[in-house]
Amino acid sequence: MSTPLSLRVFEGEARVYRRVWRGSVVTSFLNPILYLLAMGVGLGTLVDRNAPGGLEGISYLAFLAPGLLAATAMQTGAGEGAWKVMAGFKWRQTYQAILATPVSIESLVYGHLLWSAARVLLVSVVFAVVMAAFGVTPLGPALLAVGPALLVGVATVAPVTAYTARLEHDTGLSNLFRFGIVPMFLFSGTFFPVSQLPGFLQPVANAVPLYHAVALSRWIALGITPRVAPAVSVLYLAAWIVVGSVLAVVAFRRRLVR
Amino acid sequence: MSTSLVEAHRLTKRFGDFVAVDAIDFAISPGEAFGFLGPNGAGKTSTMKMIAAVSPLSDGTLTVLGMDPARDGPTIRSRLGVVPQEDNLDMELTVTENLYIYGRYFDLPRTVIRDRIEELLDFAQLTDKRDARVESLSGGMKRRLTIARGLVNDPELLLLDEPTTGLDPQARHALWDRLYRLKQRGVTLIITTHYMDEAEQLCDRLVVMDRGRIVAEGSPRQLIERYSTPEVVELRFRPDVPAGDEARYAGMAQRVEVLPDRVLLYTGDTDTTVAKVETMEDLLDSFLVRRATLEDVFLHLTGRRLVE
Repeated sequence: MSTPLSLRVFEGEARVYRRVWRGSVVTSFLNPILYLLAMGVGLGTLVDRNAPGGLEGISYLAFLAPGLLAATAMQTGAGEGAWKVMAGFKWRQTYQAILATPVSIESLVYGHLLWSAARVLLVSVVFAVVMAAFGVTPLGPALLAVGPALLVGVATVAPVTAYTARLEHDTGLSNLFRFGIVPMFLFSGTFFPVSQLPGFLQPVANAVPLYHAVALSRWIALGITPRVAPAVSVLYLAAWIVVGSVLAVVAFRRRLVR
Repeated sequence: MSTSLVEAHRLTKRFGDFVAVDAIDFAISPGEAFGFLGPNGAGKTSTMKMIAAVSPLSDGTLTVLGMDPARDGPTIRSRLGVVPQEDNLDMELTVTENLYIYGRYFDLPRTVIRDRIEELLDFAQLTDKRDARVESLSGGMKRRLTIARGLVNDPELLLLDEPTTGLDPQARHALWDRLYRLKQRGVTLIITTHYMDEAEQLCDRLVVMDRGRIVAEGSPRQLIERYSTPEVVELRFRPDVPAGDEARYAGMAQRVEVLPDRVLLYTGDTDTTVAKVETMEDLLDSFLVRRATLEDVFLHLTGRRLVE
């Protein structure tokens, strides 16, 4: 019963997205191009000159691109779980309107997560195409690297949705990005290997879902063997998705059923 | 079991220690326009949310369309229309898109929704605005669209929570006219309001609520007959003249209410009362004679006014 109606929620989100898709697709293309040019080519030239043979035997651009793909997916997921959910509760109050229909709390949450997954998928595929155009890797492996990106995107949106559903004010969202998403974006092996971190921080980095997605992405795109077994990383990301989804349903119920 | 569309026995809603709805009983028949009249905080919205199967009961029993909201919530909701107190339309979408999306939440087929949208646009007098973004609509148009949205699943029962709060008089009358048409079509209406004129215009029968309890029940006419005299003489004193207490008006009317800004004389014999009022005319700023309203009923029952 909950499956078909979550598809209706997905459809509703897609309809809203139709209003903004042009701008959003341009951003999806521009972001990776700008990042790969500035960090990969610009900064990368400097890195490669000072470290002959590059990082783990590859150019900095090649090192950066698959990691940045996963990191961008995480950021997209965080945005969908934060601003979109806050709008649904407070600014647009669309969730209250939806719950007056036969749509259940579960369908509402799953529909939202499904739509967020679609957004992450779209952004990641665009990123992969740009990455291939930069000559980092052929299009095939680049597209396969969308897999871990999708996983980490959903592993982020689910718990962030649960977190947002418990917030009364959007200041909590600024804190989430300031102390959560941005540090993870910077220190989970995207821009430099985690082995560069001080010893006591390395286990912390290993616990971050993005670390596993970055490792999987480099493995798929470039064949660099991850330190953690890929199956373990996949299961770890899946666990975040499952637990996050359950927490999101609980938080939505607490917020909406009074 | 019974022919009521909605039936409540000792229906109760608590939020922590606060009792929002305090063991109320009521029954609503098919085709009826039923009102909950009371000031803000009387428990009207909480009652409405329980009927809409979105808020669980704290105590008592409630049957909606013969079903239990706790068990059959989705089925009940699929046959209800809900117009919430605050318009929660999707501001970024157009008029038509709002109706379309909402219809899909009821899992209605696309073609059915498309046909229904035409009828609803016509009903809500929004055909010219079909492709306008909701943001750009006036308050009255948004309200009509919210009502149209609540009708997208062709409900047997339409719940309206404070339908005209915040609208200008013209928009209110336009809305009442639409609701009156629905009633004629046989849609059962449940309305909450703190406007006595709205209750008088729309409701066949109503309950007066105060602090979570039902204090009276009947048709607007019955309630006025039971709790008030047919006419009221309202006195306004000059700013420098104190109104005094009720004893001052002894023998002028059957009942007296001294309010901060005026004095109400409830009388069965208007001519005699007016004659007596005229003897004190030099103390008065003005006086007038009017028909009794539900506001007078509420004042009599609770000692307070509906709209503070």
